[in-house]
Amino acid sequence: MKITREEVQRVAALARLQFSPEEEEILTGQLDKILQYVEKLDRLDTADVEPLAHAVDIVNAFRDDRVANQPSPDSLLANAPAREKDFFKVPKIIE
Amino acid sequence: MSLHALTLHDLHGKLKRREVSSVEITESVFQRISSTEEKLHCYITLCRDAAVQEAKRADERLKRGDASAPLLGIPVALKDIFLTRGLLTTCASKILGSFTPPYDATTVRKLKEAGAVVTGKTNMDEFAMGSSTENSAFAATRNPWNPERVPGGSSGGSAAAVAADQCIAALGTDTGGSIRQPASCCGIVGMKPTYGRVSRYGVIAFASSLDQVGPMTKDVTDCALMLEAIAGHDRSDSTSVDAPVPDYAGFLNGDIKGLRVGIPKEYFIHGMQPEVEQGVKDAIRVIEKSGAGVEEISLPHTEYAVAVYYIIATAEASSNLARYDGMKYGYRAAARDLTETYMKSREEGFGAEVKRRIMLGTYALSAGYYDAYYLKAQKVRALIKRDFAEAFRKCDAIVTPTAPTTAFKIGEKTQDPLQMYLSDIFTISVNLAGLPGLSLPCGFDGDGLPIGMQIIGKHFDEATILRLAFAYEQATEWHKKKPPL
Repeated sequence: MKITREEVQRVAALARLQFSPEEEEILTGQLDKILQYVEKLDRLDTADVEPLAHAVDIVNAFRDDRVANQPSPDSLLANAPAREKDFFKVPKIIE
Repeated sequence: MSLHALTLHDLHGKLKRREVSSVEITESVFQRISSTEEKLHCYITLCRDAAVQEAKRADERLKRGDASAPLLGIPVALKDIFLTRGLLTTCASKILGSFTPPYDATTVRKLKEAGAVVTGKTNMDEFAMGSSTENSAFAATRNPWNPERVPGGSSGGSAAAVAADQCIAALGTDTGGSIRQPASCCGIVGMKPTYGRVSRYGVIAFASSLDQVGPMTKDVTDCALMLEAIAGHDRSDSTSVDAPVPDYAGFLNGDIKGLRVGIPKEYFIHGMQPEVEQGVKDAIRVIEKSGAGVEEISLPHTEYAVAVYYIIATAEASSNLARYDGMKYGYRAAARDLTETYMKSREEGFGAEVKRRIMLGTYALSAGYYDAYYLKAQKVRALIKRDFAEAFRKCDAIVTPTAPTTAFKIGEKTQDPLQMYLSDIFTISVNLAGLPGLSLPCGFDGDGLPIGMQIIGKHFDEATILRLAFAYEQATEWHKKKPPL
């Protein structure tokens, strides 16, 4: 086994996801199969290879920090699950 | 032939000569949608009234003699991953089920400025994660060639809409094959441009180092015209590249004499559908007869591409999708406290495949596994890019099958994620290396399903791909075939 049920629970908590016990079992099996497949990368010696994060060579695309558009608060708040005046209303953070 | 069945460049000619109006074309397309959509489910949202208004404005411009833009008055469909100001944008997810963007994606703005008429937002796999459009939170799109088959994915709604004449052209996005594989399944032309060629601003992010926007069209000429309309640097996307945009259609002269075409031996593998192998090999002979030189090449790290992709793409996705927390926009579940709000909103808002990929990506980035998975995958990604650089010293373009099989049956791979992932085996390397790639039809299998051929080019050399694709298209009739709807 590449991944255990306990690890799945730990990763779910990190990702702010939750699963039923049945889902958890199926998911553990599926992730295990995928990770076993990914294991084939270990066959390659990559000790002298630089990791590649980005396929095209661009370094630091600077531009002036100027306001280019100023949407109205209403247009930005239109999708808010909850709103109060010009604020996003969210659950209490500090008890 | 009905107006909806024509190509973008044919209709542009007719509009320019004032033989038809944009309103007539738009009405024809919406009639076609009315008669076929119940069977196919290509769209999530349709905007008929707005489209007719846009068509009227296009006709005004045409009346004034302004006919320079090839897209003026042309009905175009957009994958539901593009932000469209004032028009519902769901990414086929329940978590964005009622999201109406306050601005347009750069590509959408460019199409609108060119006078294109937006027909609606097309179906897709949720957050572009999938190869069959079955992962949509709303409905599975059907393949116009056979409704029992998938249209491919994730841009399956756009591909099926183009194939079924429910639009004249469409936009898709491609992270691991999501334009090219559905184009192949539906018998149309689809291109993923070089990473950085087209702006990603306003495109809902899946895997930011791989995502790219591209055209899905009825033929190669339309693809060239669409690409020219959307390509170019955008100051709102710092990964877009400031390189001149050529007149792509100008390269379509049918002459490929002396072009060097490489055929990678690793792309003809045991287990692929024999008719696909045969179809692509026949196509290669046509290319050779047209005057190109063909030689076998090797891309030795091909077999590692799917493994690399499913670490890098999921890692980037797990980070990108952290923004869906139910606070500023999107679905918020009722809960007792903050943490439970996050948990329940995401549990109820995301579908199974999206959660699976967030889990895989979070795992690959987590303490103790980062080096073994994420860093290792990045190193093998470098080797895959190096393979292509070596190959392109010997050839100008590479030809392969787009997918190992034609369109598979609905439900066939939904229980086995790894099998689904392997349907992108021939397209994924192109994203990892940041290269441009195009799929175009090159035949049919015994069940009457389209076969796709992929052409891969050097960075920012979309012109050579289009030139080769056009020469092949001129020598064949596949692109003129229509599904029996």
